[in-house]
Amino acid sequence: MDYLLTEEQIMIRDLARQIAVEKVVPMRAELDEQNKFPTEIMKAMAQADLFGIYIPEEYGGLGKKSLDFYIAIEEISKACLGVSTTYAANALGSYPILLHGSDAQKKKYLPDIAAGRKYVAFGLTEANAGSDASGIQTTAKLEGNEYVINGTKQWITNGGEAEIYTIIAITDKSKGPRGASAFIVEKGTPGFTFGKKENKMGIRASSTTELIFNNCRIPKENLIAKEGLGFIVAMKTLDCSRAGVGAQGVGVAQGAIDECIKFAKGRVQFGQPVTSFQAVQHMLADMQTQTEAARALVYAVARMMDNGAKDFSRASAMAKYFATDVAMKVTTDAVQVMGGSGYMKEYPVEKMMRDAKILQIYEGTNQVQRTVVALDMIREATRAK
Amino acid sequence: MNIIVLVKQVPDASEVKINRETNTLIRDGVPSIINPYDRYAIEEALRLREKHGGKVTAVTMGPPQAVEALKEAVSLGVDDVVLLSDRAFAGADTWATSYALSQGIRKVGEYDLVIAGKQAIDGDTAQVGPETADMLGIPFVAYIRKIEQVEGRKMIAERLMDEGYDVVETSLPALITVVKEINEPRVPSLKGKMKAKNLKVTAWTAKDIGADEEKIGLKGSPTQVVRIFPPAPRGQREILSGSIADQVATVAKKLKEQSLI
Repeated sequence: MDYLLTEEQIMIRDLARQIAVEKVVPMRAELDEQNKFPTEIMKAMAQADLFGIYIPEEYGGLGKKSLDFYIAIEEISKACLGVSTTYAANALGSYPILLHGSDAQKKKYLPDIAAGRKYVAFGLTEANAGSDASGIQTTAKLEGNEYVINGTKQWITNGGEAEIYTIIAITDKSKGPRGASAFIVEKGTPGFTFGKKENKMGIRASSTTELIFNNCRIPKENLIAKEGLGFIVAMKTLDCSRAGVGAQGVGVAQGAIDECIKFAKGRVQFGQPVTSFQAVQHMLADMQTQTEAARALVYAVARMMDNGAKDFSRASAMAKYFATDVAMKVTTDAVQVMGGSGYMKEYPVEKMMRDAKILQIYEGTNQVQRTVVALDMIREATRAK
Repeated sequence: MNIIVLVKQVPDASEVKINRETNTLIRDGVPSIINPYDRYAIEEALRLREKHGGKVTAVTMGPPQAVEALKEAVSLGVDDVVLLSDRAFAGADTWATSYALSQGIRKVGEYDLVIAGKQAIDGDTAQVGPETADMLGIPFVAYIRKIEQVEGRKMIAERLMDEGYDVVETSLPALITVVKEINEPRVPSLKGKMKAKNLKVTAWTAKDIGADEEKIGLKGSPTQVVRIFPPAPRGQREILSGSIADQVATVAKKLKEQSLI
């Protein structure tokens, strides 16, 4: 399919693909096996300017938008979702600053982020606040010129590896969701430590830890936007990042298809390659068609965002859940087509299948995404009456 | 420090087929790439610049489309490029090529180091490096696998040998060729690629570099290809160890056994 990409988008795709093939593919099994952070790969991606794609030029980025960034995510995801999660989580952590930060905050943080000198993490989730973000218990209390933060964030991607953390904490309990605020916390601030590194089913190259705040004092200037806007900051951030998770889904699905067809062509049973059997052909056709449909949806949503659409919650939720459900199905089918070999660690598809599962869970479960879509449909129908 | 990197555009060897009748490469339709060894040369130059400051200039000689190799160099982070391109250069062997390159390098001006890949994967002669150094009248060191130190007007580096390596000290400016063990070349950057896309390169002609017409192109090429054949495989080798006396005795014995002495 031709998506009429610009010359620069093709340049981004080719460069990300080169990194995926030359740097990620040779390392991915080891990173997965050893639960190891992809330090060298991140350095290569930084040197290639991939961290600055979506950051404005005035802050050292390339000044591109969502589609350009998603194309890079897709290519890296073809090779390893653990690496692409590490990469994409930087954007998730940056959006609060990019969308709602002050000029001073942008000037202070974005150049380092764009250059890949400092990694970023986004801290929203807690033990009792996942899909229900209103359950947040971490608090921030203004004392003089400082906020004092207490509480624990859970399952934070890039935890421990990032230098910059954008987190959501409650500044006024009595106001419910309107009592939440967003803050920037730097690694090394006294009272800010990390829990153990989680041992995950997939995306094992990515680092996931708790963020522990124990009377952690940060300067007042680290408040993003205003007190009480924390949920809006979080929701706008997730609106922007969600379709990017869809791009991860498209990438891992395509990666699985590419591996699977390469194998199936050479796999002979009953005297002929298994690709000559209609049962396998139909599976392959469905896998590619579904992946193409997911790609078309993700790109369409990205273009809508890039052309200045104001409200894209529904669209980005659709892209996220459709593309990641496809990713789960396609990676599972890739294992099926490859049979016993697909189940073995000698081939990458078992890892892709394990990795794909998280896409249906993080940044809003696919059930929550369907709720977002349905509620928006119902709202629209009500307004139309 | 100012560094000049010599690059060559070559056919992608992984895509090249050989005409069995003429024993020559079938180049039609084969994509062109930067000679893979030159990518190590570029990487080392960039690393030296990152450490010591200065400027990296990539120089190539070739047809107008060789500009693509220079664009790739720019996408990797090279500051400046020079394309030597003129019909008069056509048909050059390594000697005439080295002459043209040395004239080009003189025109570039002040430099501390010239780096080239150990050889090009199409001709595989490994001659252009040393010949160019000779024509420039500067020291030449081949097969560098590590640059240990650059200080003032001198450099210490490790030269890869069949067994082990030599530590070599040379004065600067010098010309070195590098092996793939020296580093891991980077991938291009997006900013570099965008810069490369808009790059306009004005070729330097034979006249521009003040080249003697008798020394360039086919006219300036003493080499004649008489026959092409695969080299005979190397004989078996053995590394001796122990005291010098023991080693000498062993060598003498073996030579006697083979009736060589």
